[in-house]
Amino acid sequence: MSETASRLRGKDLLGIADLDVSEINLILDTAEAMKEVASRPIKKVPTLRGKTVINLFFEPSTRTRTSFEIAEKRLSADTLNIAIAMSSVVKGETLIDTALNLEAMAPAIMVVRHSSSGACHLLARTCRAGIVNAGDGTHEHPTQGLLDAFTIRERKGRIAGLKIAIVGDLLHSRVFRSNILLLTKLGAEVWACGPPTLMPPELDRLGVHATTRVDEAVDGADAIMMLRIQLERMQGGFFPSLREYFTVFGMTPERVRLAKPDAIIMHPGPMNRGVEIASEVADGPASVILDQVTNGVAVRMAVLYLLAGGGENEVAA
Amino acid sequence: MKLLLKGARVVDPASGIDGIRDVLVDGDRISRVDTSIPAEAAVGAAIVELGSSLVVVPGLIDMHVHLREPGYEHKETVATGTASAVAGGFTAVACMPNTNPVNDNASVTRFILKQAAAANLARVYPIGAVSNGSNGEHLAEIADMREAGCVAFSDDGRPVATAALMRRALEYAGMFNMPIIDHCEDRSLAGEGVAHEGFHAAQLGLRGIPAAAEDVMVDRDIVLAHATGGHVHIAHVSTAGALRAVQAGKSRGARVTCEVTPHHLTLSDERLRAPLIYDTNLKMNPPLRGTTDRDALLAGIRDGSIDVIATDHAPHHADDKRVEFDRASFGIVGLETAVSLGFDRLVHAGIIGIGRLVELFSVNPARILKVPGGRIASGDMADITILAPDLPVTVAAAAFRSKARNTPFDGWSLRGGVAATIVGGRVVFANTAVPQAAGLERRERRET
Ligand SMILES: [Zn+2]
Ligand SMILES: [Zn+2]
Repeated sequence: MSETASRLRGKDLLGIADLDVSEINLILDTAEAMKEVASRPIKKVPTLRGKTVINLFFEPSTRTRTSFEIAEKRLSADTLNIAIAMSSVVKGETLIDTALNLEAMAPAIMVVRHSSSGACHLLARTCRAGIVNAGDGTHEHPTQGLLDAFTIRERKGRIAGLKIAIVGDLLHSRVFRSNILLLTKLGAEVWACGPPTLMPPELDRLGVHATTRVDEAVDGADAIMMLRIQLERMQGGFFPSLREYFTVFGMTPERVRLAKPDAIIMHPGPMNRGVEIASEVADGPASVILDQVTNGVAVRMAVLYLLAGGGENEVAA
Repeated sequence: MKLLLKGARVVDPASGIDGIRDVLVDGDRISRVDTSIPAEAAVGAAIVELGSSLVVVPGLIDMHVHLREPGYEHKETVATGTASAVAGGFTAVACMPNTNPVNDNASVTRFILKQAAAANLARVYPIGAVSNGSNGEHLAEIADMREAGCVAFSDDGRPVATAALMRRALEYAGMFNMPIIDHCEDRSLAGEGVAHEGFHAAQLGLRGIPAAAEDVMVDRDIVLAHATGGHVHIAHVSTAGALRAVQAGKSRGARVTCEVTPHHLTLSDERLRAPLIYDTNLKMNPPLRGTTDRDALLAGIRDGSIDVIATDHAPHHADDKRVEFDRASFGIVGLETAVSLGFDRLVHAGIIGIGRLVELFSVNPARILKVPGGRIASGDMADITILAPDLPVTVAAAAFRSKARNTPFDGWSLRGGVAATIVGGRVVFANTAVPQAAGLERRERRET
């Protein structure tokens, strides 16, 4: 039995770092109910009717923005998408100016994606609206972590005690940071693997096993989570070539065979086929990559509901 | 005009004095220091009873500040910067050349000195650029700037770009026996970093500046100082490795000195997470390092291997800090918090005595820059700081004399502060929170 909170403590979801285990379980349990909504013929509930959610994206991300937008529409929120190229920020309007202008529209929630770590914290301190971090720099991407945990729990029935291997660019990945916090909080044994040039310092202090040997990371794993290699990092000289990267770190069917027979393969997308993952693995029977996309909507519905729905609405009804 | 300071504890390591003394100031000079100076020996003097709870020390000298004028007067001016200095107990400051235009020629040097004369508060010693525009390519007119009043050379804000330029700068400035002050940071290692590369930056997703970025360049500079016989002064040492390199350099006879800032002695990178996460007032260059680095610096303060405490006073407008962490400007102000941090965290913490504090804040900066000061003796310039070691101080950024408010110490309660600052025999600051300073304050009003 998992201990479960009845509500979230803060007005914002800035990162997994701020959540305790009972809040995490509350979100995952709520997401299960939300996933049931998605299986109905009419996939819509009135939970956030009359409330405005602004999707404020300073960095393009079709996948995450679309997932949030579907979640908002299924909860009947009024949604507003604002994409701001960094060039207009360069023109002089600051992040705080932008947010305060949007606050004049009285949104309940602002979903924010930004290229600077901590940008969401700055907004959360400044704005009355709840801030949901949809990815800040190389810091956190909490809803991605939650949907990954949801997918593992759905497939495995639990998270505690599982061996989970995370392979790829650990240094620049906000998905990695959210996942290690979340999975270690929930009691998983997390292995992190990548080239030493793409490993943050003092990884062991984060409670994970760090290795540069893929075979060791995936050996006996219950889940293998691949991280995207940003192709533009090639210029940074972090590793010699994509070809060599695939040879040393790519997830091949042979490597997958080292994991548990029922291991699942995950990827936050978009994938670089033939760089971090072979197509046979991405499209193979163990892949849950498309489930992650489906579950993303349910988890985001849960987060929005817990931050902006609930109490007030029920009283009004 | 005469001033007789009576009954205070005088701490002057240069003259070997630590005891109750009277100090007679006549005009801009100290005319007598004695166990007791009778009133009849000081006819016409204003007599101020300080009492033994206050400490009279040689005027403090901050050898690393940014006054921002010319070019960035919205951040600070020579007038506001020197007002901040005297409120912090500093009778003199040395200002870095990264203004706009850069202080890389005598006309900019003369302009800064003219502004300092007009402000008429702390003495200002300009530091000239090593290279034209501080762009690391061509030696600036060092002799000309020396003639105009520069006391040292630095491309601070940036490192001296190449080993070849550093070598020539040490050789050329060595002709005048003047130090090159280097901001040691290998840019290829520091990259786009904004915080110390370590556990905390990794978890916060902040790009890291590794300790090695500083260490390798300190090593480079010491090798070159040794080879040329020139004097290199390492600015704002922040890592244990850099301090070890300085210690090793000194022991093998290289002419190397170094400074640390009050913030690197009091804070570490842990602070980036609490009480406020991503506080841009913690963004400085070099970054706040790990606790082992900070502890090594404290050991260096205690064992004498660190020569100077300098603030690297770096004023910025609020708009430059109220942004995302990686877009915020580097640096914090330091002139008005340095003495209180020094007392609270070093003297009252039992790490050093007041005598060593005076060496770090006055004697050694004067020696390194070869400027007057660092001593209280008959015939010396009357640059005097009066310290109040037990004064309770609550840091209030809103009340700073500096134009800028960018400090991580706002609201801190500290023990120890400044009672008064005297420059050339003139009281330029008297702290109204210190009762004995009242006599000095009246005098200040009379004079102005
Ligand atoms: Zn510097
Ligand atoms: Zn500086």
